[in-house]
Amino acid sequence: MKSSVLDKLKILAESAKYDVSCASSGTSRSHRSGAIGSAAGWGICHSFAADGRCISLLKIMLTNYCMYDCAYCINRRSNDIPRATFSVSELVELTIEFYRRNYIEGLFLSSGVVRNPDYTMERMVRVAKDLRTVHHFNGYIHLKSIPGASEALVHEAGLYADRLSVNIEIPNEQSLQMLAPDKNFQSVFSPMRYIQQGVLQSAEERKHFRSAPRFAPAGQSTQMIIGATPDSDQSILRLSSALYRRQSMKRVYYSGYIHINKYDTRLPALRQAPLVRENRLYQADWLLRFYQFQVDEIVNDAYPNLDLEVDPKLSWALRHPEFFPVDINKADYELLLRIPGVGVKSAKAILFARRYGRLGTYQLKKIGVVMKKAQYFITTAELPSPTIQEISPEGVRRLLVKPNKQAADERQLALSFPDDV
Amino acid sequence: MTIYRYDKSFEGLLTAIFYAYTRRQFPDRLVGCGEPLPLFADEVFEVVSDAAHADRVWKGLERKVKQRELLSAITFAWLSELPEVDMLLFRYIRKLFDFKGNFSFNLGDADVLQVHKIWRKVSQERLRVCQFLRFQKTADGIYFAALAPLYNVLPLTLPHLTDRFADQSWLLYDLKREYGYYYNGKEAEEVRFADRPEHLRTGRLDASQMDADEAAFQQLWQTYFQATAIRERLNPRLHRQNMPARFWPYLTEKYGK
Repeated sequence: MKSSVLDKLKILAESAKYDVSCASSGTSRSHRSGAIGSAAGWGICHSFAADGRCISLLKIMLTNYCMYDCAYCINRRSNDIPRATFSVSELVELTIEFYRRNYIEGLFLSSGVVRNPDYTMERMVRVAKDLRTVHHFNGYIHLKSIPGASEALVHEAGLYADRLSVNIEIPNEQSLQMLAPDKNFQSVFSPMRYIQQGVLQSAEERKHFRSAPRFAPAGQSTQMIIGATPDSDQSILRLSSALYRRQSMKRVYYSGYIHINKYDTRLPALRQAPLVRENRLYQADWLLRFYQFQVDEIVNDAYPNLDLEVDPKLSWALRHPEFFPVDINKADYELLLRIPGVGVKSAKAILFARRYGRLGTYQLKKIGVVMKKAQYFITTAELPSPTIQEISPEGVRRLLVKPNKQAADERQLALSFPDDV
Repeated sequence: MTIYRYDKSFEGLLTAIFYAYTRRQFPDRLVGCGEPLPLFADEVFEVVSDAAHADRVWKGLERKVKQRELLSAITFAWLSELPEVDMLLFRYIRKLFDFKGNFSFNLGDADVLQVHKIWRKVSQERLRVCQFLRFQKTADGIYFAALAPLYNVLPLTLPHLTDRFADQSWLLYDLKREYGYYYNGKEAEEVRFADRPEHLRTGRLDASQMDADEAAFQQLWQTYFQATAIRERLNPRLHRQNMPARFWPYLTEKYGK
């Protein structure tokens, strides 16, 4: 292994790290003789970086040369950063050797756009093809589809990759045009449509012939940058919910904007990525996917943005006290899921456990219900305690929102510095 | 107080259940051979482990319990090797047998909840071993990994590892319990070593034992690990929560941290 590979790895990993997705789930494949490895259905995180994010796949770029000039991207043409390109054989060897040492679940390959989208896409597909057909690599492969790539190439990519993804990045077309003049919604959504068609077509074919090839068995994902444009949470979540209606769309990722290209005045000069907002969006995303919420229940014209103080489910509950209190021993699954402090696991455990007897707060606590929140929204087998009806939504909010740790000392005169806004 | 004395093996536990039902007398306490008896022990029954009896009890469980997780919870909890787990499992298995109809995880019941919790903890540890074991390639081509898990979970990781690394030979070693599994390309077998050289104490190979490229790949992985973190979002607390510090001495990317 040449020492140049070390430098390339460093440069190209730095360039790829702002992509959020790292899931290795969705495909279950056991070992085949003559092949390397397997794919575990739920995905395995092999390490966690110092920022707390999981490292499951070798997330790397094929090259970080790029002809586009997207304002939010570290690899944009006008940035003066070290550039490098991997050769196919280097990348393949790296993937397989890392895989054999249990460092990774597989490869997540992305790339800067060189010459034109099709040329770039073709080179990425070649890496996946080499891994699958020459080296019989049976692990996970996630390929990024380049915006504007042709249907034939996306289709070929789907035959080798487990998951494909195209990043929307900006949830609104005008903002996208302003920040990324080389891209438009058309160039993003058409590869997405090709993937969707490929998945449906392959599913149909496999009904008739079991040996028909699988197309991107782990579906597709996408990513949106949060806080780079003035878009409301409503427009972001509406778009996510529309995307989830396609059955091939497995995940929408939200990436808090990090102000890396400091010279670009089109972007807000955030001092810190909007981490709380990002977290609230993920929580809302979970409500859409696992808690049977409709997007208009979470954000609507009256409340276009998520409440940063409390989580979206609690926020919904405080706006709708008429649903509460819920009787834990009688309510059906859908209603149990609506109680703040009750998750999917505890709702299912309640369904099982109440067959054997009426449940009280002690048992609920043992099952894993967060009673700190749930107590104001439920009635149990025991004597009733004050609920949201008696305390009022504002009262519950006051009880649940932690006051700021340190109240400002009034004796101290505050000096405001221009930097300290 | 009725005491059953057995040899602290899983087979012994199942045999004890067999005798409890045949003698229609249930123990208040299980003790291992050689352990001191508790006060007020009026009757001590010696259980002699018997494969046929144990097998019969297990078959009976399989017939009685339709939900497989309820049974795998027993083996997982047993491998936790927690001090009082045998008596807990005794009560749990008795509940499985005595329940009329189709049993399921009734988390309202203290024993079932406890078994469920231990099961969750052990499977979490099993997952962590699958996540955090790091193979180092030795000069003779065997991949070597060693770590010290909280519970005795190596047997539980074998199905995953033999499937994943089916075409390479490897040795997985438990530093705490001083045994391991060697996979020769066909099947995994348990191995114990009479003496403990340096790498079976620290879990790390020294340069002379390594394959020629091994050090280079370790360095590549360390570089990648550093490079992929976003400095603007450092979060040491989350990092430590997801990757507990007790695994750090055996993680390639954390050497020297």
